[in-house]
Amino acid sequence: MTVILSQSFTGISIGAVLLLIALGLSLTFGQMGVINMAHGEFIMAGAYTVYVVQKSIDSAGTSLLISLPLAFLVAGAMGVLLEWLLIRRLYARPLDTLLVTWGVSLMLQQLARDIFGAPNVNAQAPSWLSGRITLVDGEHSLTLAHSRLFILGLAIAAVVALTLTLRRTSLGRRIRAVVQHRDLAEASGIATGRVDRITFFIGSGLAGLAGVALTLVGPIGPTMGTNIIIDAFLVIVVGGIGQLRGAVIAAFALGVLQAVMEYSTTVSVARVTVLVAIVAFLQWRPQGIYTLRTRSLA
Amino acid sequence: MLPIARVRRLAAIAVASATALALTACGAKTGEESANAAATVDTSGDTIKVGLLNSLSGTMAISEVTVRDALMLAIEEINADGGVLGKQIEPISEDGASDWPTFAEKSEKLIQQDQVAAVFGCWTSASRKAVLPVFEQNGSLLFYPVQYEGLEQSPNIFYTGATTNQQIVPALDYLVEEGVESLYLVGSDYVFPRTANRIIRAYAEEHGIEIVGEDYAPLGSTEFSTIANKVEQAGADAVFNTLNGDSNVSFFSEYAATGLTAETMPVLSVSIAEEEVKSIGAENLEGQLTSWNYYQTTEGEANEEFVAAFQERYGADRPTSDPMEAAYTSVYLWAAMVEEAGSFEVEDVRAAADGITFEAPEGTVTVDGETQHIHKTARIGRIGADGLITEVWSSEEPIRPDPYLRDYDWAEGLS
Repeated sequence: MTVILSQSFTGISIGAVLLLIALGLSLTFGQMGVINMAHGEFIMAGAYTVYVVQKSIDSAGTSLLISLPLAFLVAGAMGVLLEWLLIRRLYARPLDTLLVTWGVSLMLQQLARDIFGAPNVNAQAPSWLSGRITLVDGEHSLTLAHSRLFILGLAIAAVVALTLTLRRTSLGRRIRAVVQHRDLAEASGIATGRVDRITFFIGSGLAGLAGVALTLVGPIGPTMGTNIIIDAFLVIVVGGIGQLRGAVIAAFALGVLQAVMEYSTTVSVARVTVLVAIVAFLQWRPQGIYTLRTRSLA
Repeated sequence: MLPIARVRRLAAIAVASATALALTACGAKTGEESANAAATVDTSGDTIKVGLLNSLSGTMAISEVTVRDALMLAIEEINADGGVLGKQIEPISEDGASDWPTFAEKSEKLIQQDQVAAVFGCWTSASRKAVLPVFEQNGSLLFYPVQYEGLEQSPNIFYTGATTNQQIVPALDYLVEEGVESLYLVGSDYVFPRTANRIIRAYAEEHGIEIVGEDYAPLGSTEFSTIANKVEQAGADAVFNTLNGDSNVSFFSEYAATGLTAETMPVLSVSIAEEEVKSIGAENLEGQLTSWNYYQTTEGEANEEFVAAFQERYGADRPTSDPMEAAYTSVYLWAAMVEEAGSFEVEDVRAAADGITFEAPEGTVTVDGETQHIHKTARIGRIGADGLITEVWSSEEPIRPDPYLRDYDWAEGLS
């Protein structure tokens, strides 16, 4: 019994990491339709922010809390720069966007290598995150690590904040208007270019937040983005492009599936099973878990 | 809203490109064996060139840069002492970039273009397997300084790290001595851990040890909560860890998070040395076991001098480790072989190799001409809170290298 519980928790915590790395992408890729291959490098930028802040501030706890908003700003600013310099010229050409942003991602990786060195580095986890809660004690204990709970909390907070922003604020209304019908939005007096930039800022900023969370589970390195970006795209595609709730469900479903398979088989088999499951699922529902209901004819 | 057709196209493009991206990370190079031609060694100048082939960038750089530093130290010391056969050694350093085809390419450049007398380097077995055909085709020499999975013996390679009967087998002997009756095997998913675990299974069967689980994670993997859970549930007496690189950081922190400690279930690792302890963090490793031939704390005058010289050259906070010591030793062994042969030619050097000895930091080492490995003392160590490893058991005498485990009945059928 404890095995099922502890593996479910492991699955949920894997899901929380997946959700965080995919959340920003659900905005830039899902809502705006931009395939940004440099999204992983924005996550890396967020992770290195923690490392840099920790170099200047001794306390691991304070530096983590400072890093959260700072990483959001750093990654967001990089996103805005990328959007303003390159992507806005390529909105009608998804394939070109893909190649350009891939190039940018390679450049950012090399930049990180030049600044921080080729070997991976580690950020210190604050002491209040290194403990764990013991739910069931005994021969087979069930424990929840603080750092995992923190990531889960961060993922939930980010989803709630993003949902509220999109649904309740005037900025969210403008974002949705531009996504739904760009020409009509422009005719109604919305500065679509500015809205695009803000949307991209938020999406990239969320990548920065994910980077901060990732420093709690693994090392920080120039290539960490490449390893992550595939999972992020998978979550979005399975969830249904442009669907926030789809991404949430897909992230946790993939996380739990991975954890359960990993427990009963091996890591590689689990990975293969998850990928096969995704392929099979997309054959059955190519549009993902949630479908866009639209009146357009396409 | 985006039209469905466009959405589907976007999705297809995204998945396809993500897959392509994943595939670029892979790549292998195979070579065919051929007759041994003797390499041309450039002996015309006042100096003799040798190649240093290490990953100075990429995921292995953290370990391989330290090996390069140790190689440079040995070369500088030999040069200060008058060089080899009256010639100063001129090192030519190449970056293997943690990429196996690059290793093959750079070794070809060192041999054919620079006409070096010998090459020192490589770390992962994957990189060694990639350069092996290059050295065999060109008839050149490689000195390989890292412990490995055995079952190999190329006439063009001198192995100065431990083979299995000098590291893994003594580690298992120690665990049996300590009363361990069941083991859990955790490793990275590539040639060294898989081969090592095959050997461990054969040993376990003979000695009545139960293997209660075996798990592999991809190199560089950082998600270990499930594996830690499985290890905890299985309740083995000890864990045998062949994980490499960064994965150890995540593994040990998850291991501690499930409440397991060195007292309740010790982990014996064969790829964690002083340098790695520093980056994993001693707090998650305290009390855990390692198996090597050398530790920074190994007693002896030669080691005191080595540690002092290394720290004076590179900084007092730099630890020394087994692969660094084996690399340092390899340069001295090559120099002694050349002096013995009175020639830089590969054939002469190889012929002079048998019985060459050196007062290495780990103790006296002797080259075994037949296997081209060296006699080494096995040492089990315990990781302390200060990040240093102290010896808790040793084989006392250097062990004769036996890469194919021919002297062990239980190992029949492995090679």
